[in-house]
Order: sequence, then C-alpha cells, then structure tokens
Amino acid sequence: MSFPSENVPFQYELIENKMGDVTILLKGRMDKEAAGTFLRQIHKLIKSKVSSSLSVDIESLNYFDDYGALALMEIKECIKSIDKQFKLIGTNDRVISILNLFDRNLQAPNDIKTPPTTRNPLVLVGESSLKHFFNIRYMLSFVGSVALAFLQIIIHPKSLRYGDTLTCMEKTGVAAVPIVGLISFLLGLIMAFMSSIQLQQFGANIYVASLVAIAMVSELGPIMTAIVVAGRSGSAFAAEIGTMKISEEVDALYTMGFNPTLFLAVPRIVASLIVVPILALFSDIFAIAGGLTVGVLMLDLTASSYISQTIETLTLFEVTWGLMKSMVFALLISWVGCLRGFQVRGGAAAVGNAATSAVVTSIFLIILFDSLFAIIRTYWG
Amino acid sequence: MTTQSIIKVKNLIGGYGEEVILNNINFDVKESEILVILGGSGCGKSTLLRHMVGLNRPMGGNIYVDGVDIASCHDAEFKKTLKKIGILFQGAALFGSMTVAENIALPILEYTDLPKKSIKNLIRMKLSLVELDGYENHLPFELSGGMKKRAGLARALAINPKILFLDEPSAGLDPITSAEIDQLILHINKVLGTTVVIVTHELASIFAVAQRVVMLDKKKKGIIAEGDPKFLKQHSENETVKAFFNRTSKSAIQPDRN
Repeated sequence: MSFPSENVPFQYELIENKMGDVTILLKGRMDKEAAGTFLRQIHKLIKSKVSSSLSVDIESLNYFDDYGALALMEIKECIKSIDKQFKLIGTNDRVISILNLFDRNLQAPNDIKTPPTTRNPLVLVGESSLKHFFNIRYMLSFVGSVALAFLQIIIHPKSLRYGDTLTCMEKTGVAAVPIVGLISFLLGLIMAFMSSIQLQQFGANIYVASLVAIAMVSELGPIMTAIVVAGRSGSAFAAEIGTMKISEEVDALYTMGFNPTLFLAVPRIVASLIVVPILALFSDIFAIAGGLTVGVLMLDLTASSYISQTIETLTLFEVTWGLMKSMVFALLISWVGCLRGFQVRGGAAAVGNAATSAVVTSIFLIILFDSLFAIIRTYWG
Repeated sequence: MTTQSIIKVKNLIGGYGEEVILNNINFDVKESEILVILGGSGCGKSTLLRHMVGLNRPMGGNIYVDGVDIASCHDAEFKKTLKKIGILFQGAALFGSMTVAENIALPILEYTDLPKKSIKNLIRMKLSLVELDGYENHLPFELSGGMKKRAGLARALAINPKILFLDEPSAGLDPITSAEIDQLILHINKVLGTTVVIVTHELASIFAVAQRVVMLDKKKKGIIAEGDPKFLKQHSENETVKAFFNRTSKSAIQPDRN
C-alpha cells in the first residue's frame, strides 16, 4: 500500500464467484467520512450475498486509520455471526500495527457495563429514602455548624469577617432596593385598585388605605422581599460557594485552618439578617405609596387622609411582627443558599443545580414558615 | 515519511489585548513529527498554542494550518480546519455533566455519520488506545488526574486529527503516569502518523518525545533556539537555553556559607 495521493475518494467493489465466495475490493481513502456510509451499506450486502466466505482486499487503499480498522472489525464480527469465513488480503506493517492497536478489542467480548434499564422499585424506593435521609442529616449538621460559628462570633466578635459582611450587605440589600421598590409599588397599586372596585360600592374608599397597609406590612411585604432576595441572592450564595467548592477553594480554606462555615456562610447570613428586614420596610413604604397614588388619583381621597388612616390602622406590633418574620425568612434564604453551595459535588452542572435548588427550597420554606406564623398568630391573638 | 510542513507560522505577533507577548515568530511544523514548544513560565508558550488553534486571533502575521491561514480565513474554512486538529487542554476540559463515552462521542457525532453501534465500538477502541478500558460510564469527577488526561486525549483523537495539540500533557502527574503519557504520544505518532505539537517544560518529557523543539524566551518575546533537544543541551551557546536544559539557575545565587 502506497500513499501517492491521499485525496482519491473511497470506493468499493463487490466481486462474486460461482462458489459463493465474495471479495470486497476497497480503493482510495478510507477515513472518517468514508467509514460511516460504507458501514451502513455493507452489513446488508454481506448478509444477502455472502454464502461461504468473504475476503476483504485492502491493497488499493491509500489511506487507512482506526476508522478503517473499525470497519474491518465490524465486517469480521458480522461474518462470524453468520458462521462464514473471513480473510484479509493486502495488509502491510502499517495496517497490522493499526489493527494491533485495537486487537484486544477485536477479541474482547461485549462486556461494556451498561446500567440496567429497568430497576427494582424496592431498590429505587430504598435509594431515594437513603438520599433524603442523608440530605436531611447534612441539613441538620449544617444547622449545628452555623450555630457553632455564631457562638464563636458571640464569644469572639472579631472573628466575623466585617469586610465580607459589608460587601454582602451591599450586594444583597442596596442593590436590591430598586427591584423590591418597583415590585412593591406596583403591588400596592394593584391591591388598592382591585379592592377599590368592591369598597366603592359601599362608599368605603378610605378603607383601601387600611387594607393595603395591613396586607403589605404583615404579609406581602416580608414575603415579596424574601422571594426577591431568594431569587437574587440565595441563588448567588449557592453558585459562589459551589464554584469555590469544585475549584477546591473550600478545601484550601479548611487546610489553612479556617472554618469554611465561619468564613463563607456566616458573613452572608449576618448580612441577610440585617438587610432583609430593612428591605421589607422599604417594601412596605413603597406599597403604601402605590396605594396612595391610586387613592389620590382615582378615589378622591386626600393624601393626608390616606396617610392618617394608614397610621391609625397600623400598630407597632404589626410592624414588628412583619420585620421579625422577614428576619426568619432572611435566615432561611441565606442558610439554604450556603447549604446548597456546600453540597455541590462534580462540575459546572452541579453548580447550576445548586442555584436552582437554593431558590426552590427557600421559597418553599418561606411559604411553610409563613403559614406557621399565621397559625401561631391566630392562637396567640 | 514526507517532510512537508503542515503548520507554518510566519511573522506572528501575538498576545492578549494590547500586550505583545510574542514578537515576530517564525517556525514550521513538519508532517508526522513531534514538536515541543518549550520555555520558562510566562514566556508565551500557551499563548502561542492558543493562536495556533485559533482560540485567539493574532495581532499580526500568518498561521498556515494544512495550507489555510487561520489568522485571516473565513469561518467556514476555519471550521473545516478545526476538523483536522485535536486539542488536549491542560485540565483536560472534559464536560462534567457527560460520561467519558459521551465526551468522546461528541465530535464523532458532529463530524461523521457512523451508525450508533459503530460509534460505541469506536469509543471502546479509543479508550483502549489510551488504556482506559471499561471507563465508558464514568463521570469526569470520578477520574484521577492522569485518567482525565487520558480521557481528554481520547476525545482529542476521536476524529483522527492530522495534528494533535497538547497543552502541558504531563503537568501535575506522577513520573510513572507522565512517562506512560509520553509513551502513548510516541505510539500514536508512530501508528497513526499524527503530527504532535506539545507545550511543556517538563525536561524528562521533552527528551523522551521531542524530535525537535522550539524554545521561547520571555525577554526576547521570541524564539531563542530551535532544533534537536539533545544537541541543544550540549552545544547551545545561549545562556538561557543552557540553564534550561541543565536545570541551573541563571542568576547563580551563591549560598551564603558563613
């Protein structure tokens, strides 16, 4: 086999004799482009034409690589499967060395481990329960580790990383003001507008102010803020810590003697605990402003009467209750965000999953805890 | 074996942004040879490699890969050229969400029309070539550093490129694994006739595999030596080259014996 010009296209010819012996003559360049088409056609031909033996003549090939070797191997296997003879003609050292490269495979049985497609449902249930058990165990151990880190901060206040905490407060709090403000303003607007349609029938326009104030301050303000923060910052915590985890930065911290929880999670949790209630307060104010806009422009209320009605309705307890709730939400969001970050194992996809899971879990926990608060308050009051 | 040049670098000016790291680089890579680009840290080895595979456009000059100037060609032509090259990145750059087999299948599915069963067989062949038999269904994070490199090499070899680029193939590996990778490179070069361009500064690897070396220097921003590494080690007049091959410090810090 010589290599005069490598650009002769691949061709093959089937020569049959009367004894039922078939020779396949290969010519030209047997490369990755040629192998696919050839293999697709040749299987059918072999099964329909070969009755006693098949010879493959590769002397006129001017290029041969492992794609060619693959084709030869598959032809050989195909011939063996129908119990006929296989012969290779025109080999040289180069071809043999390429074939040898894969020789182990030519003889190797099909022993590729493929995961079974159907699995025992009991095994599935067991696996999934174990997964959840370990997940919950890790969650609890993370609660413990955060609690210990907080204890350390109370004993040694200097061990809190103030720089990181401030940066985090800026990212989580200050940067979120515009979006929280806009959403709350529109929410107040919508609420005032929708309730006014009903209240107007009774001439009770002024109670729009009370409705907006109570609904926002005790329920929607904290919840909307928490959901926005979960989407903006909870996912970011998970992605940041997750990326650090896969690039071994967390391990580096650990080996340098830092407590990763204290170093990474606590500044984020402290920052959230401080800024989320403030954001909730902003949310309340913007929502009341939204309600005020509707009241003044559409319900013939004066600004002062709207505001005094709002002040009359709200009690200090109501406001503090709302802020307390939003502190709990802040704790949940930042805790889940950091937890999911620390749970990352694997590559880039795992970081994405962690971010998604952080948002979903924290929104679920926010709603769950909010209902708990509602129950507590009902029995308390 | 032909001695035609498969890569020609002409008057290349390279770097990132405004910063020129490589100035006026000229060299050829011959067909089916193993060329090592070497030099100290920060001399622009990896930058040169990035220019040669078209990841960064050079600031000036031409790079002909199999006759196509990848510094100025059209996208369609560039894509055609990409089929002729395989790259092993320093960290192997395996896709973390895919198994080893899926990683290798990616270029095969894109560039050939092999039937599914044949692709499976081919993947087994490629894995056997890099001695990773049976690791088809592993995810990259389950592999050790050396295994990742091998899997990356199998992916780089998936569509039988004419030219194989290896960025620090033995960095971070133990001497035995590193020697095995060297053997593998020699084997691939011999059997498949693949042209291999390696960027490295591991002396043992250089002497084991290189047929020719091109040495870059940070200060000169260019090539300071070219040729057979064994010859250069013994006969080079250049201080940097001598210091590099003999592992001596150029600044010759004398230990204070008092």
